Amino acid sequence: MKSAAFEYARASSLDEVCDWLRKDGDDAKLIAGGQSLVPMMAMRLTRPARLININEIDALKFITVEKDHARTGACTRQCVIARDGALANAVPLLKQALEWVGHVQTRNRGTVGGSLVHADPAAEMPLVAQILGAQMVLRSHTGTRTVAAAEFFEGPLTTATRADECLEEIRWPRWSEKRMGSAFTEISRRHGDFALVAAAAQIAVDENGSCTRVNFGLAGGGYIPMAFPKLAARLVGSKLEDDIVESVVNDAATEFDPGGDLHASPDYRRQLAAVLTTRMLRAAYENASNCK
Amino acid sequence: MEKLYPVAIEVNGKPRSAQVPARLSLVDFLREELRLTGTHVGCEHGICGACSVMLDGDPVRSCLMFAVQADGHRITTVEGLTPADGTLSVLQDSFCEAHGLQCGYCTPGMLIASQALLNATPNPSEEQIRDAIGGNLCRCTGYRQIVDAVKLAAGRLAEQK
Repeated sequence: MKSAAFEYARASSLDEVCDWLRKDGDDAKLIAGGQSLVPMMAMRLTRPARLININEIDALKFITVEKDHARTGACTRQCVIARDGALANAVPLLKQALEWVGHVQTRNRGTVGGSLVHADPAAEMPLVAQILGAQMVLRSHTGTRTVAAAEFFEGPLTTATRADECLEEIRWPRWSEKRMGSAFTEISRRHGDFALVAAAAQIAVDENGSCTRVNFGLAGGGYIPMAFPKLAARLVGSKLEDDIVESVVNDAATEFDPGGDLHASPDYRRQLAAVLTTRMLRAAYENASNCK
Repeated sequence: MEKLYPVAIEVNGKPRSAQVPARLSLVDFLREELRLTGTHVGCEHGICGACSVMLDGDPVRSCLMFAVQADGHRITTVEGLTPADGTLSVLQDSFCEAHGLQCGYCTPGMLIASQALLNATPNPSEEQIRDAIGGNLCRCTGYRQIVDAVKLAAGRLAEQK
């Protein structure tokens, strides 16, 4: 047995989870898909005293598409989210990003909520949450609160979730523009690995092809996945002419300030950041322009 | 003495139950408690895919689940792919025919991943096959013959219908 010993409990409701977390939230860890947590436990990078299984709580598994946003339950599996047609229409970036997450076997088990709470700086779902400005609904014994992505991600593997809180659902804002497009890509050593650098963009255009709303972001090698709303705002009104894109993208790569490791130096990551962001801006623009 | 927890799972159609430590992985439970050693243990942290099994019909990594989490669920291992008479399944025979294995270590995981594909997509494209086995590492074949084997099996299964 590779993991350190722990006590185990299977929760049947969110109330039960909150009650247990109130009693010993500091020593307990929630397990959803477990596709990141279990490897960390196997390597003993983490040794929770108590594991609370939330996989059997049906109330945490749902997808609903509403006027202003789509809502997904925290324990909805990645494979379920990836194949939901209505969700793909409402928030296309989610499905585009999930194609880069792990493999068939890990997506069958992994949850989008788990990816967000785990908050790996190179993971795809936190980047999507940052770009769209997703809202995380956190539940504890005292009630619920909603935290925006910009405040949710605090650092590598660190979020604003308190020890007595459980992620209940995620709200993904919808862009209501008629001509809207998005795109996601990444470079990793093998497909399915964490990204050396990931880039994504979402753009709305008017009937003349001028951008009316833009956001984009980067992950991998950084401290947390980042969106660049201020830089993106400079592209509003443009048709993504070469000079303005180059200027914005270079500023983003500098602000991203990636670190280096065995796999990629900071310079290489900065270059990837600029190249991939340019490609994704252009791809999102093209997808937006092709909307009828 | 470490605390034990009850597990009751349907494995290859048969109900199996035991008392196990919470930290016992599903693959160790299958191999060491149930002696179903067809499922292989590779990296033990979710990279290689050798331990793939089906959980309620979907392929998952059995090293990334604790046996207690599978309580009440249905597991299919590579042993469960063979017909009752003990002969090879169409997919297994196609792996032999197309030289889809050499050392055989990755094979149980490859068979589970590709059988799950064929169950959902009877006539898969090469891209779909490569995507389905994308989470399974093979150090011998270079994957070419594995893809050929899955294609061969898809054709044979279509003929049987």
